[in-house]
Amino acid sequence: MNLEPIAFWGLGSLLVASSLAVVLSKNLFHSVLYLALALTGTAGIFLTLEAEFLAAVQLLLYAGGVITIVVFAIVVTERLVGDRITQTSRQLLPGALGAAAVLIGILGFLGRAPLPEARPPLPAEVTRAIGHALLTRFVLPFELLAVLFLAALLGAMYFARPDD
Amino acid sequence: MGLQAYLTLAALLFAIGLFGVVTRRNMIGILLGIELMLNAVNINLVAFARFNGDPAGLLFTVFTISITVAEVAVGLALVIRIFRSRRTVVADHLDLLRG
Repeated sequence: MNLEPIAFWGLGSLLVASSLAVVLSKNLFHSVLYLALALTGTAGIFLTLEAEFLAAVQLLLYAGGVITIVVFAIVVTERLVGDRITQTSRQLLPGALGAAAVLIGILGFLGRAPLPEARPPLPAEVTRAIGHALLTRFVLPFELLAVLFLAALLGAMYFARPDD
Repeated sequence: MGLQAYLTLAALLFAIGLFGVVTRRNMIGILLGIELMLNAVNINLVAFARFNGDPAGLLFTVFTISITVAEVAVGLALVIRIFRSRRTVVADHLDLLRG
């Protein structure tokens, strides 16, 4: 008995439900918690795709890093504004129509495209293959990423510096 | 499950994220919508990599995840900056350039 379809449908419905909660929740803090749930569910989807390394990266960077930064920003801004952040949405109908149009467009394209059903075998050690490619074939993007991080670090510190 | 199922799930998440970006008024809420959209893109990348049997696609996902984290850090720094100078979180209130 193959458990993969069960895992896919369970995680997929969890993902869709928590994503809807992210965009519809009135309380911004609850939105962030639902986003954490959605990102963790995505790590589970990566596991069903046999990408264990990426599931770990997803949990560390996204569910760990991004959620921490967003919660920190909410705490800081809540102190600045002084009252509880509730958020409202505007133009729900045009937004829903636009998103539905994009979805129908993508699904229509997916319906016509020939897509494989079977999975070809991956190399024996995927994590080793990723690490090897990172330092040989993709070493330039890897180094550029380091430069990008330096720029982002300096930029974030510059923007968030205290007023003189 | 075939590739189609994963791509459909990613398209659904992308549309939900787009809905959030368009309808949210709070800037942090808009950023959360962008996160959802980028997350859907990551699912697409991993699914294509798996069904092509090529680890290079997984490597791209590592890059996109890292760049997203940098983007969130800078975006939230900008949000904090805007709070400090304009005292507002609502994107509609930032209309300095309106003619």
